[in-house]
Amino acid sequence: MSASVDIRSVSKSFGDVHALDGVSLAIAPGETLALLGHNGAGKTTLFRILLGFIEPNSGEALIDGLKAGCRQARRLISYLPENVAFPKTLTGREVVAFYAQLKGAAASEANAALEQVGLGEAASRRCGTYSKGMRQRLGLAQAIVGNPRILLLDEPTSGLDPLSRNDFYQLIAGLAEQGTSVLLSSHGLSELEARASRVAILRQGHLVADGPLAMLQRDARLPIRIRVKTKPADAETLHREFGGRRINGASVEVTCEPDEKMAILAALHQRPGAIADIEVIPPSLDEVYRHYSRANPDKEARS
Amino acid sequence: MSPVMAIARTEARLGIRNSWVLLSTVILTVFAVLLVLLGSGATGEVDASLLAVSIASLSTLSVYLIPLIALLLSFDAIAGEIDRGTLQLVLATPIARWQLLVGKFLGHLAVLTIAIVISSGIAAILAIALDGNPGPQPLGGLAALAATSILLGAVFIAVGYIASASVRQTGTAAALAVGIWLGAVVLYDLALLGGLLASGEGVFARTIFPWLLLLNPADAFRLYNMSATDTALVQTGLGAVSGSPLAQGAWVLASPLAWTLAAISVAVVLLGRVRP
Repeated sequence: MSASVDIRSVSKSFGDVHALDGVSLAIAPGETLALLGHNGAGKTTLFRILLGFIEPNSGEALIDGLKAGCRQARRLISYLPENVAFPKTLTGREVVAFYAQLKGAAASEANAALEQVGLGEAASRRCGTYSKGMRQRLGLAQAIVGNPRILLLDEPTSGLDPLSRNDFYQLIAGLAEQGTSVLLSSHGLSELEARASRVAILRQGHLVADGPLAMLQRDARLPIRIRVKTKPADAETLHREFGGRRINGASVEVTCEPDEKMAILAALHQRPGAIADIEVIPPSLDEVYRHYSRANPDKEARS
Repeated sequence: MSPVMAIARTEARLGIRNSWVLLSTVILTVFAVLLVLLGSGATGEVDASLLAVSIASLSTLSVYLIPLIALLLSFDAIAGEIDRGTLQLVLATPIARWQLLVGKFLGHLAVLTIAIVISSGIAAILAIALDGNPGPQPLGGLAALAATSILLGAVFIAVGYIASASVRQTGTAAALAVGIWLGAVVLYDLALLGGLLASGEGVFARTIFPWLLLLNPADAFRLYNMSATDTALVQTGLGAVSGSPLAQGAWVLASPLAWTLAAISVAVVLLGRVRP
């Protein structure tokens, strides 16, 4: 199947600032791509190009084969910006019905969208009375109304508590099953909770990673930490034998490459008398993200 | 419902909920009632109906009030949506940018129309109550005043969009709107008056002045409504053009009509350049 979103070596600069530099990305129907990067990494610029608000300096952005921003392309796409303040005196239903009508859908579709994001009960209340999380969900309802084929969500989970974040990813997964392509941006990998099928990382306008989360974790080759809780008397000897660092007097933490892990565990296994507990800590998602968003750009560009 | 009507309806709804309708209706009604009551004290000796006298003073007041209310309604239209982030949402939908402006225009015009119709109605009822049956002519004059007030409002709503689409901050747009109001309804007339005094009965007064007067939609509005009452014309600087064929008839209103269309067109072009 052809790509829903096709970004071909797009570059965009504002004055001296290179917001995007030769970025290529494609999103297939039904695929969820999480776009990660610091503030200023180029995420929002990419969204604005996909909506046709700004033109790239070079390269092209296609929506289902159409030039981004043309009327037919905008029929397929829906957008949730990072910061949006809906008129406080309108009810949730009025806000969503308004955007439904702008998209050429019936105003009555608002009810279903509000139910989907869990605002069915609050639909008749003025959105000035909504909490921050409810306002974020209202923005999401506005985005999913009218059955868009492509969803562009800029930081959709900021301001959501972990429970609503979980609901959000469930909703996205449901839409993706129906063939909706989702491009969502986020500050860090940990916020994604391993829910996106693919992750792309932007750093200073460069695409430094693009692939399934498991692949990024593997390729980062980050050290694994093995934390050994020792019997009080044996901490010193274990520390001398395995290296690493002492924690709290009765623990030793050893860091190792992924392929050294088994050998170290085997060696530890030879000392059952000295060890109370062993904890193996794989690199966290945040560490993986930090690795890609901070590492030397030359090395990363080739990986 | 078409996108244009959806936008118009939402703007009108916001106008009602944000108390804009109430506020502008109260302002217009308070002034209309005051002027009718003041007129009822003055008409004792003159052979003119109370309503006819009130129309003259109401039209003078409307020249200042209507543009101000119209600009206050519209200055926020684009800059405010940029501020709140909703312009991105609206422009991400398949609607064309002109549809957004036309929809907002219809909505804001509806808000102003409600205020003008209510205040004129109250003024008419009050004048009839104080004066007995004023006859069909003054009532027609009041209806014409209300209709041309709506047209005058349309001009400045559209001009407000130009201010709103040419800057990104609401505050700057507000300052621009106040500047436009001062220039169009205060300074412009002062400048014309100065020119008139300086030139005396010269070429300026006879040939250029009437056109300059027509050029300003607010003055065209005044010209139209005052030509009904000759006495009022004589009392004002407008008397200078009373003899001119330019002052005759409804085609004076071509000026505000042309201004409305031109201002909306300019605003559409400016909005086309906005990069949300």
